[in-house]
Amino acid sequence: MNSVFFLVLRRMRAPLIALIVFYAIAVLGLTLVPGVNADGTPAPPMSFFHAFYFISYTATTIGFGEIPTAFSDAQRLWVTACIYFTVIGWTYSILTLLALLQDKSFQHTLVASRFARRVSRIQTPFYLVCGCGETGGLICRALDLMGFDFVIMDKNAQRIEELDLEDFKTNDPALAADARLSANLLMAGVRHARCRGVLAVTNDDECNLAIAINVRLLNPAIPVLTRVRNPAVAENMRSFGTHHIVNAYERFAEYLALAVSAPEAFRLIEILTGLPGSPLPEVHRPPRGKWIICGYGHFGQAVAHYMSLPGIELTIVDPDGDGPHDGRLVIGSGTEAGVLHEAGVMEAGGIVAGSNNDIANLSIAMMAKQLNPKLYVVARQNQAANDLLFETFRADFSMVHTRVVAQECISILTTPLLARFLNAVRQADEAWSKALAQRLESICDGLVPQVWDIRLEEISAPAVHKALRRQQRITVADLLRDNAERDAMLPAVVLMVERDGRSFLLPEDGFQLREGDAILLAGRHRVRSVLDLTLKNLNALDYVLTGIDQRGGWVWRALFGKEKRQQSAAKPPE
Amino acid sequence: MNLEKVVFAFFIVFAATLNFGFFIGDIERPELHNVYELFAAIVVNMIATVLKFGDRTQIGAVHLSTSLVADIQLIAAAVTWALAVHVTGTGMTPDVTASVVSLSGGALLANIISVVILIVETVMMRR
Repeated sequence: MNSVFFLVLRRMRAPLIALIVFYAIAVLGLTLVPGVNADGTPAPPMSFFHAFYFISYTATTIGFGEIPTAFSDAQRLWVTACIYFTVIGWTYSILTLLALLQDKSFQHTLVASRFARRVSRIQTPFYLVCGCGETGGLICRALDLMGFDFVIMDKNAQRIEELDLEDFKTNDPALAADARLSANLLMAGVRHARCRGVLAVTNDDECNLAIAINVRLLNPAIPVLTRVRNPAVAENMRSFGTHHIVNAYERFAEYLALAVSAPEAFRLIEILTGLPGSPLPEVHRPPRGKWIICGYGHFGQAVAHYMSLPGIELTIVDPDGDGPHDGRLVIGSGTEAGVLHEAGVMEAGGIVAGSNNDIANLSIAMMAKQLNPKLYVVARQNQAANDLLFETFRADFSMVHTRVVAQECISILTTPLLARFLNAVRQADEAWSKALAQRLESICDGLVPQVWDIRLEEISAPAVHKALRRQQRITVADLLRDNAERDAMLPAVVLMVERDGRSFLLPEDGFQLREGDAILLAGRHRVRSVLDLTLKNLNALDYVLTGIDQRGGWVWRALFGKEKRQQSAAKPPE
Repeated sequence: MNLEKVVFAFFIVFAATLNFGFFIGDIERPELHNVYELFAAIVVNMIATVLKFGDRTQIGAVHLSTSLVADIQLIAAAVTWALAVHVTGTGMTPDVTASVVSLSGGALLANIISVVILIVETVMMRR
């Protein structure tokens, strides 16, 4: 605000001085030029008061006429000159002001200061999202669904304007600025007391690196989440302690390998880490056996690294002849039938079309499928713009870079407990995973469930905390009762309870809760607000625990609770 | 030599001297206080105020505020004069003259502070 105000004042100096000078000359002249009486005799000049009055309405072209008396010819001569130069003075001022409003740098200052004001007024916890392309957009939509505020910064002004069309529920200031500059990051609230984390998800590794370093130095207390493609840059980020580095290639390769070795565990992870509210992903069952990887870039290397499992034989197809030292290598792009035959497409179980060109990937996938219709096709999609093509082709498993990054970011942000739970899932046996996945599928109605955690502490769950303090028995099943209808259970699953560093996976219904427990839940979005009432409202909790509905606040209870007691006391013994 | 600095100092000092010129003289005698001098003081003071716009430093802020004080005092003096001469018709009686001149005296004080700040600023400047 301040800088805009001073900028306007500074630019308006010249026109304002011109205006003051013109007025002064005009007024002064009128007090010197002699007037005339009605009978033609000379009259004394106008006084300052009348002169100022006359010039005030003449200069602004209102023009009331010759007041207080008709002018002498000398006065008329002077006034003619005055009219011209005072009008020029006004025009000059107004044009300068208009030019200032049109000025690009002025407008940018105005927008930036409005943005800074909105950010500084944020009262609820928020995330700072740097880069709002395809990935950032997905993340923002998911954050919005989960009810988090966020601040968006993107260097593309057009993209920021498009964000106005998005119908976000939460408060989300956006600014078109370069997030690599610390001044911009500060303005976006890196040091804000409510800032919970920074997501550097631009599609430029160097830019993400710069943001990570900035945040690390400006506010070491908050976590940074960076998206990265190049392992060398990731190593650099790790060296100065970036909290979370999201490498979509490695993450996808790991998932693909998990889908091969433990499909049920993979299915469960996919349900839990999907973007909340999006449709449940299809079931993926990639086969073991021979696999062909086309393209040995960052993605191909990651896939080759994670897929080196027992029972899998890899063949690399790369136009530049890059490949691992021990594996089989065929030189070519993979779009030619000859190369694919040489790589053994007829005997292979699966193929990964993993170059950085979407059209080439589609071409590889279609050619391979034509040669061997039983082949399991994994296609890498680089750009969301090609969604339609990939959807029409229907690969068995698509790797969409932006979506993988967004999912990973959201699952990290949602709750740190989830990461621990997922680690446990990776070690669990398949039957257990299958049972849990089916249970989740049955409650969430075809959409990815939301995963969140609650802590049985005074601030986040006052009612439950108070009850636990009074040594009341509360079990997991009690918590999941619907507080509108006690006999109905909320469609949610308690995944894990953590107590003093120990984790209890999938606790039984009779599991007793204690003060300070952290609970990880998965369920539909609606459940979250219902459960919140049970946690915070003593009456709702009482109803859930005992089935007695004690509606009313403390006023009601003070008035009518007493009456009831008196009635029961006054009742004569029978 | 910076022409902008010359103009700036010129208007500040000029505002103070004009103000002083109007103020000096027996406080009750209207013939010693020329209305043209009051007019010139108001105009030069307003120009000095505008020249001080847009400086975000602490000293710039004090400069601007002293000028605004002087403006308000002088305009109040002019309004008192206009009321006495044109609205109520009492004319420049000794008590009206005294109130007009004392208002301009207040403005003079503000202008003197302005000049002092200007001098301090100049002295503090090192080569």
